[in-house]
Amino acid sequence: MLRDAGRIAAKDLRIERRSRVLTTQVLPFALIVIVLFAFALDASTDALRRFTPGLFWVTVLFAAVLSVQRIFAVEVEDGALDALRLSGVDPASIFLGKAAAIATQLVVVEVLLGLSVVVFYDAEPDDVVLAAVAGVVAAGGVAAAGSLYGALVVNLRVRDTLLPVLLLPVLAPVLIAATRAYGDAFGTSAVDGWAWLGVLGLFGVIYLLLGILTYGVLLEES
Amino acid sequence: MSVVRLHQVVALLGDFPALAGVDLSVEAGEVVLFQGANGAGKTTLLRLCAGLVAPTAGTAEVLGHDLHEQRRAVRRRVGLVGHGSGLYGDLTVSENVAFWAGLVGAGTAEVEQALHRLEVAPRLHDVAVGRLSTGQRKRTALASVVVRRPELWLLDEPHAGLDQRGRDIVDQLIREAAAAGATVLVASHELDRVGSLHPRPVTLAGGIIREADHAS
Repeated sequence: MLRDAGRIAAKDLRIERRSRVLTTQVLPFALIVIVLFAFALDASTDALRRFTPGLFWVTVLFAAVLSVQRIFAVEVEDGALDALRLSGVDPASIFLGKAAAIATQLVVVEVLLGLSVVVFYDAEPDDVVLAAVAGVVAAGGVAAAGSLYGALVVNLRVRDTLLPVLLLPVLAPVLIAATRAYGDAFGTSAVDGWAWLGVLGLFGVIYLLLGILTYGVLLEES
Repeated sequence: MSVVRLHQVVALLGDFPALAGVDLSVEAGEVVLFQGANGAGKTTLLRLCAGLVAPTAGTAEVLGHDLHEQRRAVRRRVGLVGHGSGLYGDLTVSENVAFWAGLVGAGTAEVEQALHRLEVAPRLHDVAVGRLSTGQRKRTALASVVVRRPELWLLDEPHAGLDQRGRDIVDQLIREAAAAGATVLVASHELDRVGSLHPRPVTLAGGIIREADHAS
């Protein structure tokens, strides 16, 4: 199962490297959102620094929607999803492969956004380890949920508009927990970030299990 | 042994009955030609036999598996060339075929063999599929099915978009598959060409079989 998941993730990342959608569209979009937040808050460094965790994670979730849309679009452009279903691969492998590819892309987005908030918001994390671990764990949870909901809408004509409506509310717990963890890491709120990291981990585990158990049905019904 | 056994099979696409009570039996090693006007149900019938479309009513068995319950078991044993190529435009010819080969446990040698068999020129092996002509893309799609070594071939307009040489290769592929004991179901409007393969003709209209010769 993991070997096939690895093949699918490698295939998706190779497609991404060739098409450069992440570098030419998703990353610029995320940077634009970060800059627009600065404009909206009057470029007040104090306010930007204080709200950095929330602004950072809202931007990551927007970028995640684009990544999920793209990673499923390549499956329906020329009938590849049917070929994938015909391959006889365990649906859990498809789920894990897709989630791994999305998570990898999100980590890249987070690194770039992390650098951009240092530059634009003058915000630096006090606890780099907490920020890094929370970033990776949150990316895993977002990717698992994204892989699940991406498959749910993949064959619908309205998938591009429906996906954010379905996915973003589901990701609210990630937004809350990751923002709290980053509040601690950036020293903007007096909470235990490591405890919120546990919430992020729990979210990820729940969606990983959901995906592994239900992906076969989802691919049948989509 | 019946490879395909359908009795009064109905398949709804939304509310539309794409198949409205199909009876069909196909034996191992047979080549069957589905003919009929656009919308007659040929493509849906092939997708049903591939396990991609669920029967709404009737009894349906393919390769000994019930299509109501065991579609996944059917899928890994069939090869479908449909309207979509099933390829990724940003990957090269070799990468595409190798990806599908890898998922069924086939290796580099089988990939090279399949591309050679479909006469995909070596200079195209490292070209992104999105840059290929329709004919070369079709050959690559066929190569990615060849590496699966299917027991049941499902070919939807397999000659469409191919040049004369490509069409000859497809005919040869069908002959070899049948000679090796595989079963081939073809949907095609090119009756003259497919006719040379001496298939059993089956005519569909309005989602039902209007005319069918008995198995030879």
